[in-house]
Amino acid sequence: MTDDAPRPYTLVAELTYRCPLRCVYCSNPLDYASHRDALSTADWLRVFRESEALGVMQLNLTGGEPLVRDDLETLVEGARALDLYTNLITSGIPCTRERLARLQACGLDNVQVSVQDVRAPESDRIAGLRSFERKLEVARLVKELGLPLTINVVLHRENLDRVSEIIALAESLHADRLELANTQYLGWALVNRRALLPTREQLDRARNLARAARQRLLGRMEVLFVIPDYYAEFPKSCMDGWGRRFIVISPDGLALPCHAAHTLPGLSFDRVQDRPLDEIWHHSDAFNAYRGEAWMPEPCRSCDKRTADFGGCRCQAFHLTGSAVATDPVCSLAPDHALIETARAEALGPAGAELEYRSARSSAPA
Amino acid sequence: MPETGSRLAAGARPRLAPKVRLRWDRKDERYMLLYPERGLVLNATAADVVKLCTGEHTVAAIVERLAEKYAPQPADAIEREVLTFLHAMVDRGLIRSDG
Repeated sequence: MTDDAPRPYTLVAELTYRCPLRCVYCSNPLDYASHRDALSTADWLRVFRESEALGVMQLNLTGGEPLVRDDLETLVEGARALDLYTNLITSGIPCTRERLARLQACGLDNVQVSVQDVRAPESDRIAGLRSFERKLEVARLVKELGLPLTINVVLHRENLDRVSEIIALAESLHADRLELANTQYLGWALVNRRALLPTREQLDRARNLARAARQRLLGRMEVLFVIPDYYAEFPKSCMDGWGRRFIVISPDGLALPCHAAHTLPGLSFDRVQDRPLDEIWHHSDAFNAYRGEAWMPEPCRSCDKRTADFGGCRCQAFHLTGSAVATDPVCSLAPDHALIETARAEALGPAGAELEYRSARSSAPA
Repeated sequence: MPETGSRLAAGARPRLAPKVRLRWDRKDERYMLLYPERGLVLNATAADVVKLCTGEHTVAAIVERLAEKYAPQPADAIEREVLTFLHAMVDRGLIRSDG
């Protein structure tokens, strides 16, 4: 598994878990507050260099909110000097025209701004912060400066019925790309699943609307609809397979195969402060743990889809079944698939569940 | 030619969309188009076409250059390949045309 280890294409740099928003589906771990920013500017620049040498071409600067780091300009400049395609993934809070212009001058390739819904009350309710109007202003600034704009909206039962309005909003902002990303039920989203999981009917309607918009907007705005795996027959190929294409670095320097891998028990992750990334990628126990097929149980092991979905999501398997090597319960062939069917049945009932906002106070491990 | 959503006139001057960058992949020795969270591997002909998509050259001029470069391959086959590629890229929003 060492010599033929695949090549990483994307580095996800979680620059900080700090964020002014408190989104109820935040993908940061529940104990995010215990992972403090531990990497200096020089550390990050070294990680970028080591990643590029491994074959990485795409860099996602994310968090938390990456704009809270005041060395972001230096990081973008360093990334572009390495010819990495540099994408800023931001809530748009806090941001000014001057800062965006500086980041553009440093070579930023794309800005992805999240909005939570199409109107302020609904959007702000999900974000836990009055932010909607400011986000729209930031999106407009991005385009005014001539930077490419992606609008990202996380979908769930409260906003899925407004997909047409969401598409219209992205069009009115002249977005180059619209990412309609159904909630993935890990981290805070799993805590809030009762309130967020849509019905199949909602989902099918939204998917058809997105498909029609993709055709209509061909060549003008790219419309992506990220499938919610709870309503799929087979799991998604999470991260394109463990340790195949992605490296995620957490704010405290852990090198991870996915953004939630450090919530799995029994794996020890190396810190980029302690070990060269090349060694971590090729030789660490954590990156090799679920690479390939040796770890797979039945029904994955003899399934002809195993090279397409790689057994699904390890984190989902663990958080739903208690075992990280279980077949992803989303799979209709999984022994634990009833867990998903129960959740779907719950979604048919009234929402009623209260939202728990992301916060440090409630972030003790579940 | 396969039916596509957009047509490019012979006099159109295609250029890369703002979100797209052409990059040499020294690891696997090939050109790639990079755009948000995606990459597209280009074959040699496609890379030659993309390098001419600067907004200065017309589609007709690009076809002519490629036909010269790849002679003695039949020019009409090269033209078909170039146009099919350009139309597909326009439909995907990766190449734009100023008409």
